[in-house]
Order: sequence, then C-alpha cells, then structure tokens
Amino acid sequence: MDNRTDGRRWHDMGGQDAGPICDDQHDFSLWEKRVDALMILCSGKGYFTVDGLRRALEDMGEDAFESMSYYERWIASINQNLIESGAYTIEELGVKMAEVQARGETYGDASLGQ
Amino acid sequence: MPHDHHDHLSPSGHPYRQDDDTPLSYWQSMEIAVRELLVEKNITTLEEISTQIDKMDARGPALGAAVVARAWVDPAFKSRLLKDGSAASGEMGFDVGPMHLIALENTADTHNIVVCTLCSCYPRNLLGLPPDWYKSRAYRSRTVKEPRKVLSEFGVNLPNDTQIRVHDSTADMRYVVIPARPSGSEDLSEEDLAKLVTRDSMIGTGLAMMPNA
Amino acid sequence: MATQALDNNVLPVGAKVRIRSIMPPGHVRAPAYVRGKTGDIERVIAPFKNPEQLAYGLPAAEQILYRVSFSAVELWGDEAENPEDRIEAEIYAHWIEELETANAT
Repeated sequence: MDNRTDGRRWHDMGGQDAGPICDDQHDFSLWEKRVDALMILCSGKGYFTVDGLRRALEDMGEDAFESMSYYERWIASINQNLIESGAYTIEELGVKMAEVQARGETYGDASLGQ
Repeated sequence: MPHDHHDHLSPSGHPYRQDDDTPLSYWQSMEIAVRELLVEKNITTLEEISTQIDKMDARGPALGAAVVARAWVDPAFKSRLLKDGSAASGEMGFDVGPMHLIALENTADTHNIVVCTLCSCYPRNLLGLPPDWYKSRAYRSRTVKEPRKVLSEFGVNLPNDTQIRVHDSTADMRYVVIPARPSGSEDLSEEDLAKLVTRDSMIGTGLAMMPNA
Repeated sequence: MATQALDNNVLPVGAKVRIRSIMPPGHVRAPAYVRGKTGDIERVIAPFKNPEQLAYGLPAAEQILYRVSFSAVELWGDEAENPEDRIEAEIYAHWIEELETANAT
C-alpha cells in the first residue's frame, strides 16, 4: 500500500523523473498467455471489470510493481477479483494450489502436461 | 484438447519462452489452480481458453498497418476512421471487440504520441499485446513531460515547429496514430504501403518507413 | 432516459475547465499531474459507467467522458520542452469544474 500522505499514488506516474527507456523485449510464455486469456474471459462473463483488475494491481503497491513480472501481478489481481466476486472461495484456492504444487517440480508436471 | 503452443513460433518469429521444464513458480501454480477451479465450476473451458489465446496470437501490428494503409489511399475511409475508429476498423473485417478506438492523424506540422500514465492501456485488439517498454516506469513517467527527449531515444528528432500532441490513455478509449505517408510512396499498392507501417509508428514513437529503406 | 438527462449538462467543445484538485485514496482515473490544472474540452466522448465504482464491484452511474487538452506550459511551467506542445487526457465529468463557476478549492 502507499505510505505517501500527499495523496499521489505510486502507479500515477505521469511527469515523474525516470531513467532511459529500455527496449528489451520478451515473447510471452504459455502460462502468461493463459493469464491474459483468463482475464478476457472472466471480465467478458461479468465476474469483474478491467477497472477491478487495475484497482487490485494498484493496491498491491509499488514493491509488487518492481519485484513481480507483469503477468505475475495480473494473476494475483485476477485471483483477488474472483474471490471477491464469489467465483470460488479462499479455501478452495488453498486446497487447489497445494494439490498443484504437489504434482511436480516443473510447470509442465504441475499443469498435468497441458 | 488444448493446442500445444510450444510447437508454434510467436508473431515476432521467436519461439515462445519455454516454461515446461523450469521450476514451477508460486504464481504459475496460482494460474494453474485458478484455471482448474474456473473449469471445474463451469465458468470456462480449456477450449475457450485455448481459443482466446489463438485469437490474441492472431492480433498484431499487421492489422493496424492495414487500417493505416487504407486510410492513406482512401480519403473517405480516413474521415470515417478519424470520426469513429472502432467502426472503421470493423469495416475492414477486423473484430476489434468492445474496444473504443480513436485514430490520430500525423500531419506536416503535428505529431501524435500515445502513453498510458496510470497503467498500460493499449489498443491490443488492433495492434496485439504492447511492447514491454510501453508498460515501463520510464515511458509512463516521462512521455507526458518530455516527449521530445523520449522520441529522440527512439531515434525520432522532430523540428521545433512541429507541434507534439501527447495522448494519455487514462480511461476507456484506445488510440492508434496514423503516421504521415512517406514521400516516394505514391506508386505503391495498398498492400505494399502497409509494409511501411511499423508498430512504433502507430504508437507515435516512430515514423513510417521510407520506401526502399 | 439517463443519457438524455446527462445531455442537458454536457460541456461544449472548447469550454475552459479546471480538473478538481482533490486527492482521495483509491482507484481514480484522473492523473495527479492534471489535477488543479486548466485546460479545454477537446471532445465529448460518451457516457461510461463510473470506473471508480466498477473497480469495487459496485453498481455504477454513468458519467460523461471528455478529452481535455492542456498546454505543456500549464502542466510543466518553465520545464515544458516546447510551449506549443499539448497533452490530452480522458477525464470524467465529476472531475471537471467549469472555469467560470469553479470555486477556489
């Protein structure tokens, strides 16, 4: 969360000083594309809005922006919004994540080869 | 069955980053869990997710380039594009979804450049997913205040008498720049003109390529 | 119709406006760098559901979305790169004060 008391929030970056623009580029991996697809599908079905996605991203704070990748932040925000809209419960998520993590050491194993 | 995207090349011609054989991350395990819960609860299906990924993979700067080239050769289309960007793009048969698009025309004395200072809004249904730099702190912070310095880092140096209009994509609209048609392109076909239209020229951080460049 | 009611209060293109300078916490779509600044209405877009309510999963009233154009000098003063450059942003009606009727706050 923001600790500033002037009201300006961390994500509201317009006009701030910053370094040179870096042109590094990566292609998106399958799990990142899946996160993107889940956002489009769930918002299209009315579970939450892109505004809800942004709100949770903003509330995750500046440390998350600096330390997590784009789609890592997205899945965290999508999950937050889906819990708030009642798509599943926190308990169901906890059980499922433990089950997934117990399946193997790699994404492929944990995703059952899909 | 979901498609195996690992057999495919990305639109940029590079293989997708491998993630099957790297250690499972916490956030990847959350993606798998969320996806499986949504399928179990009949909120979505694996097919739907796979189809959505294919749809996004099919979207890229070539769609926007085709729209720009049409605007260059067809003044009536250009006026419709400037009036209602979404409807005009739809005319070309592109499914731009619920996107509300504003087209901005570069002229001899005006250059447009697009940024989203609050997040990273981008006309993804017309140009595909945004480049990483578009989402960076540096681009989001600096572009509204020092667009000329930002442009020079992209190799674009504009004369002082060119007015710059910076468009901050703060809410519901998405933006595409119609770059100026390069000189020497008079005899090119619409299809060949589209090849001159780069992604960056439609964000405003670049210019259209010169023919024979 | 709600849209009809809104239409009666639509600001015209070219109207001088000031963006409200309040700084609430939470999800808002008016960037800090334009708050308290003066510009003019570049175009009237359309009514949209208020994202500041949608963001919290709440029913949302429609608000007219405008594009407001600011001069680089108004926003950045002496630091502006070129006095003729413009910055344009989408601003919702509830963030906009007509300049003639604007209060000092």
